Amino acid sequence: MAATQKQPVTSAGPFNGVLTWVDQRFPLIQLWKDHLSEYYAPKNFNFWYYFGGLAMVVLVLQIVTGIFLTMHYKPDAASAFASVEYIMRDVSGGWLIRYMHSTGASAFFVVVYLHMYRALMYGSYRQPRELIWIFGMVIYLCLMAEAFFGYLLPWGQMSFWGAQVIINLFDALPLIGPDLSLWIRGDYVVSDATLNRFFAFHVIAIPLVLLGLVAAHIMALHEVGSNNPDGVEIKALKDPQTGHPVDGIPFHPYYTVKDTLGVVVFAIVFSTILFFMPEFGGYFLEYNNFIPADPLKTPSHIAPVWYFTPYYSILRAATEDFMWALAAGVVAFVALIILTVKNKTLKMGAVAGGAVVLVAFFAIEAKVWGVVLMGAATLIFFLLPWLDQSPVKSIRYKGGLFKSALAIFTIDFIVLGYFGTQPVTTAGTLISQIFTLIYFAFFALMPWYSKMDKTRPVPQRVTQ
Amino acid sequence: MNLLKILPIVLLLAASGAIAAGDEVKLDRAPIDERNLISLQRGAQVFVNYCLTCHGANYMRYNRLQDLGLTEQQIRDNLIFTDAKIGDLMKIGMDSKDSKAWFGVSPPDLTVVARSRASHAGSGADWLYTYLRSFYRDSSRPSGWNNAVFPNVGMPHVLWQLQGEQVMQDAKVQGPGFVKTEHRLALSKPGTMTPVEYDQLVADLVNYMSYMAEPARHSRKTLGIYVLLFLGLMFVLAYLLKKEFWKDVH
Repeated sequence: MAATQKQPVTSAGPFNGVLTWVDQRFPLIQLWKDHLSEYYAPKNFNFWYYFGGLAMVVLVLQIVTGIFLTMHYKPDAASAFASVEYIMRDVSGGWLIRYMHSTGASAFFVVVYLHMYRALMYGSYRQPRELIWIFGMVIYLCLMAEAFFGYLLPWGQMSFWGAQVIINLFDALPLIGPDLSLWIRGDYVVSDATLNRFFAFHVIAIPLVLLGLVAAHIMALHEVGSNNPDGVEIKALKDPQTGHPVDGIPFHPYYTVKDTLGVVVFAIVFSTILFFMPEFGGYFLEYNNFIPADPLKTPSHIAPVWYFTPYYSILRAATEDFMWALAAGVVAFVALIILTVKNKTLKMGAVAGGAVVLVAFFAIEAKVWGVVLMGAATLIFFLLPWLDQSPVKSIRYKGGLFKSALAIFTIDFIVLGYFGTQPVTTAGTLISQIFTLIYFAFFALMPWYSKMDKTRPVPQRVTQ
Repeated sequence: MNLLKILPIVLLLAASGAIAAGDEVKLDRAPIDERNLISLQRGAQVFVNYCLTCHGANYMRYNRLQDLGLTEQQIRDNLIFTDAKIGDLMKIGMDSKDSKAWFGVSPPDLTVVARSRASHAGSGADWLYTYLRSFYRDSSRPSGWNNAVFPNVGMPHVLWQLQGEQVMQDAKVQGPGFVKTEHRLALSKPGTMTPVEYDQLVADLVNYMSYMAEPARHSRKTLGIYVLLFLGLMFVLAYLLKKEFWKDVH
């Protein structure tokens, strides 16, 4: 009998008996050891390593507050808006739950963007952590879907018209477009049918997938171990006596207490926004969304919530004229491959691919390419583990080229985000177009500049 | 890096584009105080007398007005003019289809208007405060009224007996190096109130509407202070705990 052969639990005082009983029927102690008390994490985690844990905290917050909101919210076009105001006024503590959820949505993107930025800086997506990165990217896509579906639910003007604009994007796709958008909406315009299905996606379908992906993300992480600001593999140097990495410390208690501190600091920032500026200047709760959805009245200015605006800028950048700039970019990129790559097949492929894309640029209308570019802008992150050819992982040992590229990309993302919130102007469109090209250049040229970059030697052990 | 050189120029261009886009009327700051119960009560009174005939406040309940220091009986006696019960929503009898036929648009619900009218130009209260003081006579409009903040608005100036009548005048002003024309509102016929009294009345009304848009605002801020105090204490404990545990990590 395997169960009875397990050692009884001895260190839990009055709970020894109970824990032993459970442990002989469920791998409780083993799980505890594998993922907490004997999961060795590098001891040099800095500020940037708080955000993964915080993302989990926000996920839990969103699920718990979401459950309470569904108790009072009505997914019905005739009463959705009123039910949100009912929560804000007549449900005890309803305003608090609602603001936690609405602030939490933005906070989720803040921590996830910072979490992803950490990976960009320290090369956390590099071998052997490609799968962690890919799971993470799928989580990010699910999060965007979750936010998009959820944003329709308050049934305000921005909810309605935001959804209308985004679903209409699918309309632009050749052949299947109109049928596809009709299928998504379940009606010819965004309507009660759309609201109901978005509610279903928002409260059950996507969260279910999200939870599974988060589990996969963490399992993959605990399989290979965490990266760190130095990009040193701590498993390479183990204490011969204990067999533990010399630069590793058990996650529990060291990082549980450290993350507790991080959660408290996060809670202070979060509460300051929640209690004193829940609208956050119209960025967390858009002012127009306090007007009930009206299918007959298009707002003069439709802007998505801040976390989508960089991609919205890219979408709007695709004009007829811009296709020429994009074509020039593709030609230059193919030329670069021909000139610098030795592999014949790759050269041929680049020429053929480039030719197809060039023809398609002008055969298919620019509007479609806006959608394609927007999609590509999110999906291109998936390729990072293979685009980055630097011999080192961390930005600490990378050279000026990579550092400049990342700095430009950071500014680029913020500027695109800003213009996504603004009404269309000639100057704004031009800037969005330039910054869209820079956005893609950051990824497309990475194999070259990351290889040419003058890196510094990586130390044997982590630095403090 | 060429790009880094171009960037400031691009950002400058961007800023000029943003300025060009902002052609809204400058809003006056609404002199409101959410803790002034006298002002809120007077605002509620103005609201039910002047607004709540055409506009509903369909998400607000009468008995919530107890927040303003009133008893249920006081609310019943002074603020409910219909057969509504104290726990009812502040609805109106007018059918929205009728009102659309009469006014061209049905008067919007006003419960959260103080939130929806907020913009980067000012708070929703600022907008309402400026709007309600910017009606002027315009014979080209069906109602005979126009508004400087909301051009060609459907609503006539409901408070005109109090404010009097304003007209829009073109005034020549010395600009920087050239003479420019400015549109200015001027009182042509005084009402029963002085301009100062009228501004105060509008401020009280806006104060009330701002409260009605988010009745929980006051308790939100109060609770927020306690939450932050608690978290401050938690921070000290969490910090000391972390320091204690990490003593032996080198």
